[in-house]
Amino acid sequence: MDQNTVLEIRDARHPSPWRPGDAWLGGGTYLFSEPQPHLRRLVDLSRTGWTPVRLLADGSTEIAATCTVAQLSRFAKGLTAAAAPLFEQCCRAFLASFKIWNMATVGGNLCNALPAGPMISLTASLDGECLLLAQDGARRRVRVADFVTGAGRKVLAEGELLRSVTLPSGALARRTAFRQASLYGLGRSGALVIGTRDPVDGSFAVTVTAATVRPVRLWFPLPPAAGALRAAVDAAVADDEWYDDIHGLPQWRRHMTLRFAEEIRQELEGTAR
Amino acid sequence: MRVDVNGRPFEEEPRPGQCLRTYLRERGWFGVKKGCDAGDCGACTVHVDGEPVHSCLYPAFRADGRSVTTVEGLATPDGELHPVQRKFLDAQGFQCGFCTAGFMMTTAALDDGQLADLPRAFKGNLCRCTGYRAIEDAVRGVRHAEAPDSGESVGRNLPAPAGPQVVTGTARYTFDIDVPGLLHMKLLRSPHAHARITAVDTSAALRVPGVHAVLTHHDAPERHFSTARHERATEDPDDTRVLDDTVRYIGQRVAAVVADSEAAAEEGCRRVEVTYEVLPAVLDPEEAMRPGAPVVHDKDAATARISRPYDNVVGEAHGEIGDVEAGFAEADEVYEGVYRTQRVQHASLETHGAVAWLEDGDRLHVRSSTQTPFLTRRALCALYDLPHDRVRVVAGRVGGGFGGKQEMLVEDVVALAVLRLRRPVKLEYTRAEQFHGATTRHPFTIRVKAGARLDGRLTALQLRVVSDTGAYGNHGPAVMFHSVGESMAVYRAPHKKVDAFSVYTHTVPAGAFRGYGLGQVMFATESALDELARRLGMDSLEFKARNVIGPDEPMVTADGEEEDLHIASYGLDQCLGIVRRAEAQPADAVGEPAPDGWLVGEGAALAMIATGPPGGHIADVKAALLPDGTFDLAVGTAEFGNGTTTVHRQIAAGELGTTVDRITVRQSDTDIVRHDTGAFASTGVVVAGKATLRASRALADLLLDFAAAHLRTDRSGCRLTEEAVLHPGGRLPLKEMYDAARAVGVSFASDGHFGGTPRSVAFNAQWFRLAVDPGTGEIRILRSVHAADAGTVMNPMQCRGQIEGGIAQGLGATLFENVRIDAHGAVETAAFRRYRLPQYADVPRTEVHFMETADAIGPLGAKSMSESPFNPVAPAFANALRDATGVRFTRLPLTRDRVWLALREAGVGVTDRSRTEQRGPGSSP
Repeated sequence: MDQNTVLEIRDARHPSPWRPGDAWLGGGTYLFSEPQPHLRRLVDLSRTGWTPVRLLADGSTEIAATCTVAQLSRFAKGLTAAAAPLFEQCCRAFLASFKIWNMATVGGNLCNALPAGPMISLTASLDGECLLLAQDGARRRVRVADFVTGAGRKVLAEGELLRSVTLPSGALARRTAFRQASLYGLGRSGALVIGTRDPVDGSFAVTVTAATVRPVRLWFPLPPAAGALRAAVDAAVADDEWYDDIHGLPQWRRHMTLRFAEEIRQELEGTAR
Repeated sequence: MRVDVNGRPFEEEPRPGQCLRTYLRERGWFGVKKGCDAGDCGACTVHVDGEPVHSCLYPAFRADGRSVTTVEGLATPDGELHPVQRKFLDAQGFQCGFCTAGFMMTTAALDDGQLADLPRAFKGNLCRCTGYRAIEDAVRGVRHAEAPDSGESVGRNLPAPAGPQVVTGTARYTFDIDVPGLLHMKLLRSPHAHARITAVDTSAALRVPGVHAVLTHHDAPERHFSTARHERATEDPDDTRVLDDTVRYIGQRVAAVVADSEAAAEEGCRRVEVTYEVLPAVLDPEEAMRPGAPVVHDKDAATARISRPYDNVVGEAHGEIGDVEAGFAEADEVYEGVYRTQRVQHASLETHGAVAWLEDGDRLHVRSSTQTPFLTRRALCALYDLPHDRVRVVAGRVGGGFGGKQEMLVEDVVALAVLRLRRPVKLEYTRAEQFHGATTRHPFTIRVKAGARLDGRLTALQLRVVSDTGAYGNHGPAVMFHSVGESMAVYRAPHKKVDAFSVYTHTVPAGAFRGYGLGQVMFATESALDELARRLGMDSLEFKARNVIGPDEPMVTADGEEEDLHIASYGLDQCLGIVRRAEAQPADAVGEPAPDGWLVGEGAALAMIATGPPGGHIADVKAALLPDGTFDLAVGTAEFGNGTTTVHRQIAAGELGTTVDRITVRQSDTDIVRHDTGAFASTGVVVAGKATLRASRALADLLLDFAAAHLRTDRSGCRLTEEAVLHPGGRLPLKEMYDAARAVGVSFASDGHFGGTPRSVAFNAQWFRLAVDPGTGEIRILRSVHAADAGTVMNPMQCRGQIEGGIAQGLGATLFENVRIDAHGAVETAAFRRYRLPQYADVPRTEVHFMETADAIGPLGAKSMSESPFNPVAPAFANALRDATGVRFTRLPLTRDRVWLALREAGVGVTDRSRTEQRGPGSSP
């Protein structure tokens, strides 16, 4: 929809002092979807020329904030790594269709910080780390799992920019298992659980998103027993952290999370190497 | 900026925050539609450099240097249709057509992999009319539409006249016009559920550049009216002002700002300073009826036509035939339960809105997205003391209605601005406003009690109904009365009793919605009788079959019989036969198999509906021969995807012995016929169609009389054919006849009229087999069968589409649609991403069967079939779920989380998953 209070589009390549009413413009698929009467200037990231996604020499994977979901999907189709299917599974976990994938960006999905943001699920489960650039030029790195702190809340300071997400070396080699529940067919996630198993040390991790107000990542040196996994999930998620909104009752989200966690545990238990 | 649109260059700079959708529409590309303006519905899909995007989300400035294709650019420059356009025409993959451009632009961009997975490919496209079967057939290249040729027209799959315009993006909907000097209106809405406005300061708003006027309650007429539209205006309470000094729900309009642009009008709204005295509010209808509850309308009962204003009861019905207490005393089994239905939004893809101006200096011309142009004119005249000839109301092609547009929600305030400013003014609702500033289906609470003897005879049926009409009464009383009509009359019981209340609360008003109250009450009665049969140890369908009325029986409600209602054809026995046949077919032979470990059940429900409203429903039609030998048909009723235009042409073609392509239909314009009550209450075919039949028949008589006299031959030897009158001596072309008649001062024009009474009844039955996973609450429909008694089916392709669309809408209301209100009374679900509409993925194919009947009242034997398919869906589904799980679900919607929770609480599926073990006594969550 038209954002009628916006008076100016600025190019992110030519920085100017950040002002109240400024906002970064990624794909625009969230920003243009709701009234934003507080906005005056949009700082356009589309002309930055950042490489959408690339494999670095140290084996890590760098995803630019401006990488579109469509670009990420295409990138993963060319991968042979064990974790490759997880990319497409997470892209498909979007409520939005493939047409939105042509515009929506990975960075935008992270910065929206919604519990059901599937790029959060993907990058948190693969140990992603965000690179943040402050207005004064300061750089810092924050784990994706710590970047999102609540429903719609993230650690970004005013004017701070999410530049990229880096998946560490070895992350793509992990075996993965993916489960998603929604109140509707192909609908918005009510619970999304991802498991990973490291082929080198056999460690096991479960990442819960959508069901909880923030990503919850549980790491185990080896897959735990069923009861221990269940206890760990319940210990990690406070009662009021099971998300309560129109897309699912908290009890149901907890139930689906525990059910999926156990399915994933069984799926990855015997498959370390 | 330089952007190429459909091969034409454009260089105007967009506004900084503008999206591509409005940039394109402002340049005349009206094929790009606004359904949601938020990226959810896909109606605005265009291609940018060949990639499909939602243009409402696409920042316009990014189109610089790119090439954009809209639906208008899909065909070749010389007009040859794209294969996708051809397929949507051949399958008639549309009804109102508002979503069609988006579906075609999406389809045209699909690769083979996506074509193999249409549920996923169409995640980003919503259709509210079709139920998606017709769209699937279009994509797959299935042909349904027949070519018009000579011979019988009625009963054939002739295509919608507007098809070529719909698929090329040239059909003109309400806002698809360019009006020079147009001003834009935006509404400031109340943040409080109940408050008195003690002061309004408009000075800052008026200082915003481009703002022309700020209208408040000081500018509005004192008089009260009803937004509901009925032939008899006295059916509805007069409790509404154009702008009021009291607000009664969050979202009620407080002020209207009119400006050169929407941007300036929005800014003006932000600058209006309103002082509120906040008052206590009541959000629950039961609480509203208790002594001491806040009073929603402190008005005189007789003047406003409110039953008991100080008890918040706007309308009520109390009736008893026989003695229900005696009836329950003689019953062997009595079941009682409380059923609840939720708020549902119509979600027509075209929002409410109107554009109005003064024509010829002093005549108000209103172009509106309405189902009732004539009644809206009547209301505007009454409101502003204008004679009828000074107001003209026109509906262009309307992008869906479903009852929501049987209401004057915008025209009143737009007219006020036009009359004040004497400039053209437009008000176009946003999608969010559809949710918090329009109407919803009435939420109902129904206590049902039913008793029967061991032999299956129903002894007594009793209902207590509470309908929440929200802050205004509009359709409240009428919906309440209708809700306990056919739902009660379809069953024979010696003792019946109803107490029904339509109650005010401080929430968004409810209004007319497909089914008009029947669906809510039938959810209760059809569930209750199913439960009663189970407790009697009887087959549910057999129990209902023993108790439904037969073709020669009276239709008796708790209030007695309706004088003008008749069973002029009876297909209910055939409907039950279809369900029996479906039940008898082995599950492994027809339908989807159930996943391992899921519980499987079957259930049915039936429905009866009158083929028109009580109190009269008027249609006038004019038929005329044109100089070129073709015909002009002027009808008052509106086309919003219901397909009546197609049927009117078929009826006229049949009477005039010609082909449908020789008949031009003009419609929904108060200037072209005397009166038309409107396109509601399922009357487009049975009432307006009857007027068309009469006008066409009269015209045929005129033509044959003249031909016989002109040729000095016997009339019985003359016959109308495509372009001529055939007579024993040869052929007299109609074109020649027109000239001959003109020479002697005769013109061939005739009128047809129908007053909508007497009325008949139509029947439907729905049957589901479904499977439910008790571990997750997920439900899968394995098979869906629908039986429809529509009398003579005028156009099977189109009637099937209406039924499929009704079932899909019914499934939405059964499974997930829910307008949620928060603790303060605000709507929480004001966007399609928060209010789930049935998507392609949600709607299974339904086997649709037509009954073999012919009605003695309807035109050429036809009956209505637009609201009624919706009504049996929810109870059939709930009955199947009861069959599968042993749990009686009494509250809609049946979302997975609630189903899972109820099954867990009932202990279903916890220990033993075998079906027989799970069928304990019914329990209600």
